[in-house]
Amino acid sequence: MSAAPAAPQPCVEVDDLRVDRGGVRVIDGLTVRVPTGRVVGLLGPSGCGKSTLLRSVVGVQRVAAGRVRVLGHPAGSAQLRRRVAYLTQAPSVYDDLTVRENLRYFAKVLCAPRDDVQRVLELVDLGEQADSLTSRLSGGQRSRVGLASALLGRPELLVLDEPTVGLDPLLRAQLWELFGRLAGAGATLLVSSHVMDEAARCDRLLLMREGRLLADDTVAGLLADTGATDVEHALVTLILRDRSAASA
Amino acid sequence: MSIARTWASAARVLRQLRHDPRTLGLLLVVPCVLVGLLAWVFDGTAVFNRIGAALLAVFPFVVMFLVTSVTTLRERQSGTLERLLTTPLGRFDLIGGYALAFGLVAVVQALAASGFAVWVCGLQVAGPAWLLVAVAVADAVLGTALGLFVSAFATSEFQAVQFMPAVILPQFLLCGLLVPRAQMPTVLSRVSDVLPLSYAVDAMGTVTTRTDAAGSALADVGIVAGFALGAVVLGALTLRRRTP
Repeated sequence: MSAAPAAPQPCVEVDDLRVDRGGVRVIDGLTVRVPTGRVVGLLGPSGCGKSTLLRSVVGVQRVAAGRVRVLGHPAGSAQLRRRVAYLTQAPSVYDDLTVRENLRYFAKVLCAPRDDVQRVLELVDLGEQADSLTSRLSGGQRSRVGLASALLGRPELLVLDEPTVGLDPLLRAQLWELFGRLAGAGATLLVSSHVMDEAARCDRLLLMREGRLLADDTVAGLLADTGATDVEHALVTLILRDRSAASA
Repeated sequence: MSIARTWASAARVLRQLRHDPRTLGLLLVVPCVLVGLLAWVFDGTAVFNRIGAALLAVFPFVVMFLVTSVTTLRERQSGTLERLLTTPLGRFDLIGGYALAFGLVAVVQALAASGFAVWVCGLQVAGPAWLLVAVAVADAVLGTALGLFVSAFATSEFQAVQFMPAVILPQFLLCGLLVPRAQMPTVLSRVSDVLPLSYAVDAMGTVTTRTDAAGSALADVGIVAGFALGAVVLGALTLRRRTP
């Protein structure tokens, strides 16, 4: 008897997740799988629950019900602390430290090797600013410090909440190339974004609206389903479709 | 709890301070100036000798409370705390790091202020002078721990600063500096028995007046340290990995 080859385990498994914030249900029965080794984009209007979903995946969100498992463990459990990296919407770095001091501290906390600091500095192209105070950097440079700190220790899952906000087009392109390379090396990236041309570079897209998942598909699949020529129109079509379904 | 991560956190806090020389200067100079002013105001009377040492205990308490509550609040708001809590860093590593860093700053501050009080202002100390520093450091750590704890209840730096009069001033009024604790109305005297600053001020009084101060003063320092430990645990409880 020959067993069928087992499908690779998804990196993130979310089942029937419900989250309330301030008495309002912001995620309402969401189920989704994030495949391993892919760049998965999380899109949706602001306030739709993207950040809350990401917070649930890294285990800092108090959830009302449901199950979130990451790399086979409950989200936020101790075994995951070095394997999952999280970049919040704010850069989450210390303004009154230099770039290098910031990264050294996070490297120590993560038990990453000391030379990892130089590696991530080069990955985000901040080598020249390494000894500048973070508060003196531009907004885009500062958000790259946050991203660099998330790359320390080569995490298996990167959860990035709008990592490219405030970056110029060239840098954005470089970072998306980097995301692709990281995924090629086996890492999984869950990235929320507002920028639609970035979405086209994801292996898979998740579209959220009002705490629910509207679509979970490849870019090609979304375009075929909606008959749109680009991601932006595809998303608008899906949201309008959902709205009319809700009012019908 | 990991010693390496606690130490890394303390080093990080000290590096942040090093990039802020003005704060560092204020931390060291302001207590000396205030002690000097006090000595000058009560020039030629015995008052400075009675309350000077007590104030050496009050300054680090107030200053570290303020510095820590604002720093921690910033940490909560900038996202670094949320970020750190997803890493292997434990909450006691972080709090321990803060206590260690500000404790070290307090040692320097206490040395400067006590040295200034004794050598420049002529504060007379009957007991061993190092006890002044020990009491001041215990009080600074207490201020750090309390600051950490109350920062959980503030949503802005403005509110954090308002907690200073709320938490510190009652202790100041009841610590025995203005009216000896034994002469207060019974209720207030009982209340002052459960406030940590009272023991710090008692200890300072013992050090200045008694040559055999060590035993009694160290017992008071132990009580202050116990309060500090309690506040550290309460502070740690406010650092929740999962938040609403």
